[in-house]
Amino acid sequence: MKLLQRDMDKTNSGSVTLVPEESEDMWHAYNLVAVGDTIRSTTIRKVQTESATGSVNVSKVRTTLTVQVEGIDFDTQACVLRVSGRNISENQYVKMGAYHTVILEMNRQFTLNKQEWDSITLERIDQACDPAQHADLVAIVMQEGIAHLCLITPSMTLVRAKIETSIPRKRKGLCDQHTKGLHRFYNQIIQAFQRHVNFDIVKCVLIASPGFVKDHFTDYLFAEAMKMDDKTIIENKSKFVLVHSSSGFKHSLKEVLADPVITARLSDTKAAGEVKALDDFYTMLQTDPDRAYYGVKHCERAAENQAIEILLVSDELFRSQDISQRKRYVSLVDSVRENGGDVRIFSSLHVSGEQLGQLSGVAAILRFPMPEEEEEEDENDSDDD
Amino acid sequence: MPGVGSDKQLPASETALSTPYTAPTSYTVPTAAAVVKPTIVTPSASSVKATVGFLEKEDTVVKKQTPPVSPLPSKKPGDAGGLKLKVSVANSPRSSPKTVQQQTNVKKAEGAVGGMDVRDGDNAGREMAGSNLRSAVEMMGLEGDEGTIQSSVNSMKPVATPKSKSKASRLDVMAEYSKRHGDKELLNLVVIGHVDAGKSTLMGHLLYQLGSVNKKTMHKYEQESKKLGKSSFAFAWVLDETEEERTRGVTMDVAQTRFETDKKIVTLLDAPGHKDFIPNMITGTSQADVAVLVINATRGEFETGFDAGGQTREHALLARSLGVGQVIVAVNKMDTIDWSQERYQLITKKLGQFLTRQAGFREADVTFVPCSGLSGENLSRPPAVPELVAWYTPATTLVEQIDKLRPPVRPIDKPFRLNVSDVFTRVGSGFNVAGRVGSGFVQPGDKVIIMPAAMTATVKNVFIDDAPEAVAFAGDQVNITLSGVDMVNVNIGSCLCDPSSPTKSATRIRAKIVIFNIAVPITKGFPVVFHYQSINEPAVIKRLLSQLNRSTGEVVKRKPRCLVKNSSAVVEIELERSLCLELYTDFKDLGRFMLRSGGHTIAAGLVEEIVQSKMRQNGLS
Ligand SMILES: Nc1nc2c(ncn2[C@@H]2O[C@H](COP(=O)(O)OP(=O)(O)OP(=O)(O)O)[C@@H](O)[C@H]2O)c(=O)[nH]1
Ligand SMILES: [Mg+2]
Repeated sequence: MKLLQRDMDKTNSGSVTLVPEESEDMWHAYNLVAVGDTIRSTTIRKVQTESATGSVNVSKVRTTLTVQVEGIDFDTQACVLRVSGRNISENQYVKMGAYHTVILEMNRQFTLNKQEWDSITLERIDQACDPAQHADLVAIVMQEGIAHLCLITPSMTLVRAKIETSIPRKRKGLCDQHTKGLHRFYNQIIQAFQRHVNFDIVKCVLIASPGFVKDHFTDYLFAEAMKMDDKTIIENKSKFVLVHSSSGFKHSLKEVLADPVITARLSDTKAAGEVKALDDFYTMLQTDPDRAYYGVKHCERAAENQAIEILLVSDELFRSQDISQRKRYVSLVDSVRENGGDVRIFSSLHVSGEQLGQLSGVAAILRFPMPEEEEEEDENDSDDD
Repeated sequence: MPGVGSDKQLPASETALSTPYTAPTSYTVPTAAAVVKPTIVTPSASSVKATVGFLEKEDTVVKKQTPPVSPLPSKKPGDAGGLKLKVSVANSPRSSPKTVQQQTNVKKAEGAVGGMDVRDGDNAGREMAGSNLRSAVEMMGLEGDEGTIQSSVNSMKPVATPKSKSKASRLDVMAEYSKRHGDKELLNLVVIGHVDAGKSTLMGHLLYQLGSVNKKTMHKYEQESKKLGKSSFAFAWVLDETEEERTRGVTMDVAQTRFETDKKIVTLLDAPGHKDFIPNMITGTSQADVAVLVINATRGEFETGFDAGGQTREHALLARSLGVGQVIVAVNKMDTIDWSQERYQLITKKLGQFLTRQAGFREADVTFVPCSGLSGENLSRPPAVPELVAWYTPATTLVEQIDKLRPPVRPIDKPFRLNVSDVFTRVGSGFNVAGRVGSGFVQPGDKVIIMPAAMTATVKNVFIDDAPEAVAFAGDQVNITLSGVDMVNVNIGSCLCDPSSPTKSATRIRAKIVIFNIAVPITKGFPVVFHYQSINEPAVIKRLLSQLNRSTGEVVKRKPRCLVKNSSAVVEIELERSLCLELYTDFKDLGRFMLRSGGHTIAAGLVEEIVQSKMRQNGLS
């Protein structure tokens, strides 16, 4: 992300002007824009004109609009952000108060104005504008009949294709059907691979499965690439890494990213770091349950006692529509930091962030044990659905 | 005047110009999940309703033939389509028996609920003494009482006395059931054990000794395996049929075949031992009644398989949790330890303790046989090796031991269910679905409903071991050809059922789980793989409702923060997509599932309630 301008007063009220440069930046933008903010960007508007004869003519014009944000939608497939709200600046084509949806996409500049930029959003800007290069990673997690082709960036895991085929099982005297079914399955993965993997940005391809599927598939992939004369696959052979996973389901990515062989090969380890932090939480829950808590009430209580060593929190919580909720989490993070605790903000798009989200979105590893308070029990259930 | 900007009516005016939203690319075979009917179906007491699915049959005046009283083979003209059971009265052939079934269902269900508690005197003593996991597994209501496992034929007498009209058809089916194999009982037997214990070799050799594999084929296997430098796997090739299995010398998926002994017709399921293939092992085991647990007696090898990390314990626990009540432990590779009695005793002692105290098998249901799958010693013929003969008295061969196993009571009086474990095509007959009849029975000409697609189809042919049959009962491994439905609507995991009482489909269930020896505690939000019959699906533990005392089943704590190893609990599980499931109280065998995570089995479970089905979920969102 490129930061063009930063204009804030001492109460942290003001605006920033940013240009997203890669798909990852759209995710950062998604986490920055909140309901109530105003956003200014060029956009396209359908305009109706009525001619002297009374015939109606619809045309599209490009114009710059400022809207007060009411709705935000992140499209992971197209990697664009749709921000909708009312127009708040006088415009040649659009009346004040008229609804409009601005599309934020790569290389389109936008200016975001907030009443208050809090620590979480300021940190997000710094992180987004950090020019450090990171390698994009492709992972295919598979088992017989199911494969997920995922693109992994530092803060996103995007399922680019899910392949599911029913493969006839091994059967007395009819084993060739099984083989044929497998090949059909592999061919579908290869097609998806050719469509979605761009080796200009992809630095590493992980192929993960239980058993021998990964080996079998990789052999098949290169044999087919030779047949099809697909040079890009052949030339990038050295980027392929085979690794064990316990299943072909998406959550198995956690095991893959935790594999030391893989971590060593990755230049950016944010995803792997999150997996590790969540594992540490569970290990603590096993060894010393009074030093591992989840749920916002429990974590706040621990923070009040300055007990939090590591706070795990999902970025989803900061996207809350409810401003008081959002503030609550921001102040939890701030208080943990003030007391020298470490805060890990998980991306809700990574598998470990997804799991943390299911676990109320916030969890803490404590410095010292704190007995469980019985009466707070029901909190577990409050944020259930 | 400049154009009037459109307002509210066109809230997303720009959308049209931008990339249209594309759904995540998916090559999923389309399932008609969207058309799933309201799925929580309680059997209706109305006989009219129960008849609906069969009205057509009456209209088209398909008359059924009198069930053969002689064993089936004698009347197998080859055309399965022509084989029909006749019903003395053509009017609504199966509706009335249904009403009877419903009564029995209720009765059975109550019984099963009672069975969940292990407070009856028989078990009480052992719980005190027994280690935790075992009582836990017992609490799962795993049968094993004398009352439930008994000669199936005797128990198949009609429970209630139906009205005269239907009586005939029902009795005919029952008569057919008790007559069909002559004196031989059907047994589904799974072979389990740590990788390389010699399961496939043992069974391949047994099949050879019993004449199921001819000399010529065996000779071919010997030659070809030798060429690959794998001559020790020649017998394993009988069951390891795929090229990959043969080149790697590892079983990957369950092989299914059939053999006969003097007293039994055995459907053999040879499971893979490698830990990565446990999902397939679970599929095989969930179709089995009894198990042979193969142990590698070789020094060091038994220890590897038995210690933590080996699959011996995991397999045994899985089998017990999936309803297998009797196990024969085949202490294999006895040739590698010079048939040592001392080592045999050490192994049988350790395993006996584990199986009875921890895995929850009854002592009387665990037996041991020393053998060698490679040399063929003590499989179907009495031992001849002097070192073994010297101490092994009275000698019992593996086959004799198998003959002593008792088949479970088959729920043939319940509505028809078949969980599809395979879909394949065959020249001549089009597409076939395979699986074990979970309950009830099925005949060519029957109408079935396929869930979760909610499509109806007609059963064209029913094959058992590739031979056409006039009827197949709960417990039978069958291939079925269907008409009136497209192959895309039937997948592994689909359920063929009685149209008047279709299976339930669920996206969220409440279940009782018994947690194994896990490394980290289970919390809410814990992602797991849900293993049920032939399928495995991602799922999430959504809520921890209560933690239970493993022996008494009493609630120890409500809404616990986490569940630790060897504990037991009631939880809510959310499935990624709708699955066909049954409540444990309705169908014991079809109400069990396993949970795995990171390649380890973390819990065994029983479906207690369907909290949400697809329809409701759609309605809410
Ligand atoms: N000496 C000896 N070797 C045996 C015996 N039974 C099996 N083996 C050998 O053990 C190896 C493994 O045999 P398999 O039958 O493939 O073992 P398995 O248990 O089916 O293995 P998986 O299905 O892959 O778990 C082969 O080399 C067999 O020849 C035996 O009784 N004695
Ligand atoms: Mg084998």
